[in-house]
Amino acid sequence: MAVCIAVIAKENYPLYIRSVPSQNELKFHYTVHTSLDVVEEKVSAVGKSLADQRELYLGLLYPTEDYKVYGYVTNSKVKFVIVVDSSNTSLRDNEIRSMFRKLHNSFTDVMCNPFYNPGDPILSKAFNGIVSGMMVQTS
Amino acid sequence: MLNMCAGDQSLFTSLYTSLAQQLPREPMEWRRTYGRAPKMIHLEANFVQFKEELLPKEGNKALLTFPFLHIYWTDCCDTETYKSSVKEDMMRWQNTLRSHSSADWVIIVVETNDTKKNKKTNILPRSSIVDKIRSDFCNKQNDRCVVLSDPLKDSSRSLDSWNALLLKLRTLLLMSFTKNLGRFEDDMRTLREKRTQPGWSFCEYFMVQEELAFVFEMLQQFEDALVQYDELDALFTQYVLNFGAGDTANWLGSFCAPVRNWSGLLLRRPIDMEKRDSIQRGEASLLDLRSYLFSRQCTLLIFLQRPWEVTQRALELLHNCVQELRLLEVSVIDGALDCWVFLSCLEVLHRIEGCCDQAQLAANCSHTVGLWAYATDKLKSLGELCGLVSKNGPTSEDLNRTVDLLAGLGDERPETINSLQSPYKKLKEALSSVEAFEKHYLELSHAAMEMYQAIGRLRSARLVGKSLAEFYMAKGDPERAETFLQEALKSYVSEGWSLPVTHTRRQIAECQKLLGRTEDYLQTSALLAGDGNLSTEERKHFCQEILSFAGKSENHSHKVTLSMNVFAQLTRLQFHPATASVHSGAVLQVELTLRCLMPVSVRIQQLAASIHFDIDHGGTHGRSKGTLRRTNRGTVEFKQGNSSAGPASSAAAGPTLEMDEIQDRSPSDNSLASVGVVCKNTHLVMRRRENGSPPETPNCVSPPTVAMKEGGQMLKVQDVKLEPGNNSITFTAPPGTYTLRQLCATVGEVQFVLSHIYPSVRYEVYSQEPQLTPLLAGMPQLVKFTLLTGHYTVKKGDALQLSNTETMPILPSSSCTLVGESVLSIQSSEKVTSISLPPTPPYHALEFQLEVLCLIPSGSFLEYGFCPQMSIDCPWSIYSTLLALTFYIPFKTKHSLLSSGNRKYIQVCVQNVSDMSFTLADVKLTEKQHESLELQSFNTKTNQLLCSKHSVFCLWEARWKDDLPVTTLYSVKAEIFPPAGEPHCRSGLVCGLEVSITRLIEPSDGEMAEDSKTDTDGLKTTKLMYEVADSSSNWAVCGKSSGMVVMPLKANATHKLQIEVMPLFAGHLPFPKIKVLKYLPHNAAAAIQPDPDSCVENDSLSLLDKTLDDQGDTASIRSRGSIHSVGSSDQQQRGVAMPRLEAFSQGQVFNNSHSQQVLVLPTADDHIMEVNAT
Repeated sequence: MAVCIAVIAKENYPLYIRSVPSQNELKFHYTVHTSLDVVEEKVSAVGKSLADQRELYLGLLYPTEDYKVYGYVTNSKVKFVIVVDSSNTSLRDNEIRSMFRKLHNSFTDVMCNPFYNPGDPILSKAFNGIVSGMMVQTS
Repeated sequence: MLNMCAGDQSLFTSLYTSLAQQLPREPMEWRRTYGRAPKMIHLEANFVQFKEELLPKEGNKALLTFPFLHIYWTDCCDTETYKSSVKEDMMRWQNTLRSHSSADWVIIVVETNDTKKNKKTNILPRSSIVDKIRSDFCNKQNDRCVVLSDPLKDSSRSLDSWNALLLKLRTLLLMSFTKNLGRFEDDMRTLREKRTQPGWSFCEYFMVQEELAFVFEMLQQFEDALVQYDELDALFTQYVLNFGAGDTANWLGSFCAPVRNWSGLLLRRPIDMEKRDSIQRGEASLLDLRSYLFSRQCTLLIFLQRPWEVTQRALELLHNCVQELRLLEVSVIDGALDCWVFLSCLEVLHRIEGCCDQAQLAANCSHTVGLWAYATDKLKSLGELCGLVSKNGPTSEDLNRTVDLLAGLGDERPETINSLQSPYKKLKEALSSVEAFEKHYLELSHAAMEMYQAIGRLRSARLVGKSLAEFYMAKGDPERAETFLQEALKSYVSEGWSLPVTHTRRQIAECQKLLGRTEDYLQTSALLAGDGNLSTEERKHFCQEILSFAGKSENHSHKVTLSMNVFAQLTRLQFHPATASVHSGAVLQVELTLRCLMPVSVRIQQLAASIHFDIDHGGTHGRSKGTLRRTNRGTVEFKQGNSSAGPASSAAAGPTLEMDEIQDRSPSDNSLASVGVVCKNTHLVMRRRENGSPPETPNCVSPPTVAMKEGGQMLKVQDVKLEPGNNSITFTAPPGTYTLRQLCATVGEVQFVLSHIYPSVRYEVYSQEPQLTPLLAGMPQLVKFTLLTGHYTVKKGDALQLSNTETMPILPSSSCTLVGESVLSIQSSEKVTSISLPPTPPYHALEFQLEVLCLIPSGSFLEYGFCPQMSIDCPWSIYSTLLALTFYIPFKTKHSLLSSGNRKYIQVCVQNVSDMSFTLADVKLTEKQHESLELQSFNTKTNQLLCSKHSVFCLWEARWKDDLPVTTLYSVKAEIFPPAGEPHCRSGLVCGLEVSITRLIEPSDGEMAEDSKTDTDGLKTTKLMYEVADSSSNWAVCGKSSGMVVMPLKANATHKLQIEVMPLFAGHLPFPKIKVLKYLPHNAAAAIQPDPDSCVENDSLSLLDKTLDDQGDTASIRSRGSIHSVGSSDQQQRGVAMPRLEAFSQGQVFNNSHSQQVLVLPTADDHIMEVNAT
């Protein structure tokens, strides 16, 4: 499904970034990094209207010819970015949302680990497993 | 909406204009089916003449040409005419309508009050015609016949009838429209449901639904019209997706045809009939369909004032089309889609620019920037494809490709043929030459970058910049490329994106190499060589770049200095021994752990650590406690950005606290005033951590500029080989207290410098001087030796050699003991005392005691003490340690000679200046040279305690066996007599003072010769001067207070003096002092005989310590030093032989009434008691 999943710290450095091995990893890094522009834009726009504050899902950040980049931001301003292939049309908004929710839950588990130091790169196997699950199910 | 008009055409024609104008003037509420919200619409109608062949046939789907209302016009007003022709005509009309199942009709009867017509006789009331018509045609539908009165007149009646007509027409028209539209929609839905059937054609359906859209558009219902197109869009998209999923529809075949035309979107026409026709014919390609669909959507969106949705949809459309063509596996030549996208982007942008002003555009560039960037991207890939982005220009193959691409563009559309900036022209021009391409590409890139920057999407801007840099690189302009790359790199570094950092850095390295910026290139190479993101081969390559530069023996004026962090990291520093503080003889080793980041082992010619001498910790004064704050056993871990998670996070948590103890001592007595703990690096700890600073990931560092400080001391190691990973390097530290400052590794022409070693590390190689406590001289004492072994292990047989001095013998006693332990063996020879030490491990204290005695050296007078030198030889040092021990003399003595009549006494005062208490036992006074004195002790106690800082006085009476060197010559006795008749003296009354001076002994020979005069009686006489002086102002001397007395030199010769004195106070007053002085006449010999006193004091008395206090105010000294001369000075004495006074020596005059007191009563009439305490 997803071709790249990234978790980005509040300070905009990557905590976790993983992409499908078949494709150029570097390109995804650039894509995710650039998407932070839109995340910031959306987050600052959300701040203005109080009603939207509960909504963590930012929706489609921007489409490119080949990929669609979706964003999600936790209350602690940790960003999740999921990149899916544009040709993969079976993924609807709802599926993306549920992927983000799953990711968030797993991320919460990582944060709950007393041996994890917030701000460190995520090395959790459980988290990795969840991410793998999202990336493997290629339609 | 189309209306068909039958009947009197000339009548209709006369009314047409006003009708067509008036009809849309008032809105009508349009109630809609399927629960859609009602809307107010303005009905616009078109009227055509009724023709049977124009009536829609059964199954006709056209809605635009559908006649919604049939109107029959008549102005017939006479029954005859009606019956004869009009009725028939109406019947025929009705039948035709019925045969076409059209039930929407109305008959309009126009009434005019024409005088011409009114003349006729057989006029029926006009209502009758209407009634007739109604009864003939409108059974139960009375509203189908409307009367219009005097339509061309300007009267209120005419106006009312017009309004009624219009209302009627609108209502009927809307009714018909709703009914027919509903029917149309139902039909359309039915058609749509048939889409699974074979033979169903999307294009057909497209035309049907578009008809609906057109109708809505006509009714100004753009929203509804847009919905129709969106539905078509979605339907088509779904088909394409289904195709992708394997569900192929036959009609889709036509869309899978290879793309032959990529002329881009055309948004300047409201309806692109050309494309619409091709769709209708089923010949449209996918791009045609999409283009047409989008152009319609765009038109409607712009009608709806939503231009920004156009841009957003355009981007989606373009992405989507590319995907769809891929999905449908439509064959398309390389670059064709790029052309299409490029043209389309520009076309959309042009269209938007056309309907917005500049300010609006600037405010909304967030909506357009995507298109700009996309166009830039596409143009770049076109340029690459056509060989326009290379140094050499396009090849013939490239040119062929360009020709093919341009062919697909077709001819320029007539709309833009006159515009200079049309997308078509731009693309053609850009592909025509390298220069033109560059111009257009740069223009687009900069536009996109500026827009991104304007809306704060800096990352996106940098990405465009990076792509621009790649262009410059390909064009062979590394200088410009580097600027953009550096910009991007900065952002990646600051945000900690390691992979982009590596990639960008590699590009920068390429630029720098091309630019020949050696130092920068080496720095970047060093970074890349240590970059874990690169493959080993690449890292080796970059490492080799450095090494080969280092190996060049060019004569560089200076070595290239690079930051060490990228080359190797100082991870740990360890001191051996761990205290980081050793005695100078020992070896202090500093072990550095360097993690070499290079992929291969590197030979380093020299590794040097510069050290800084700490002046405040003298270096020789032993350890001061402040330096020993680091208690982590001599190991300092340097935190760096590590690849593993653990240590990096602690670095993120901020620097560790560096605590130091402070002691505040008062300046006067050095006593401790306060003690505290102070944090030394508050500026680092308390510094607000900036947001957005990621923890240091391995390669996300920008190397600081470094400089090796020249001069200063260095710890050096030559020729080290650093293997990848941890390396251990050991330095040997020179003596002194030093702080490690910098680290520098030299590889040929390259220096790697670590400009600061932080946290700062200090070590100390000290030589500790013995610390001594002062001792007291003159008595045996236990001396405690404390031996700190330092690094040295005391082996069995090691001995301490103490050189003996004459003044300080070491007492050979058994009291030399190890504190708390066994006895040490001591061997004493004449010169050396050797103490064998027990085996002791390093850094232990060895304590033992030794009994020593310091003799007070005779013959020299010492005030406080003295410092005999002593040297110690120890087996661990080749040097002898010279000790200057300080011994203090515990006592001070002073003595004085006292007289009582003829008797003489010697008083000795012993003052204890030490801190100890002593017991004086068997106090003895002896004469040293000749035993002419007989001393009788008055000291009763044999043992007397002499406490610290106290004094003890001892007294002896001295009798001379033969001649007394000091004898009492005169005795002075004073008496005070109260005034006559008074039993006591009273203050204020004059009393008599009687002084009697008595010669006690016969004159000696010397005295006779010296200054005597022979009296007239033959008696030798001498002159004495007396003086009554009262220093305490108790007495007032009345009359003469001093005078001359001539004393016969004969024993018991007495001279009495009467002097009047007056007591000034009441009470027991001491007697006034009476001084007696020798009066020497002027002719006496100027040479003064040696003072007999000094002889007595210096020679005839032997005191215990032979010391005398010169400054002490003993009586003898005062008498010696104070030569009174009345109104003269010494010089006068010498120059002119003036008569002079000379005091008697101590003990020559005895004052009987010394310290005697007399009672003085207050004056009788004094009622006030004066108390004077003296």
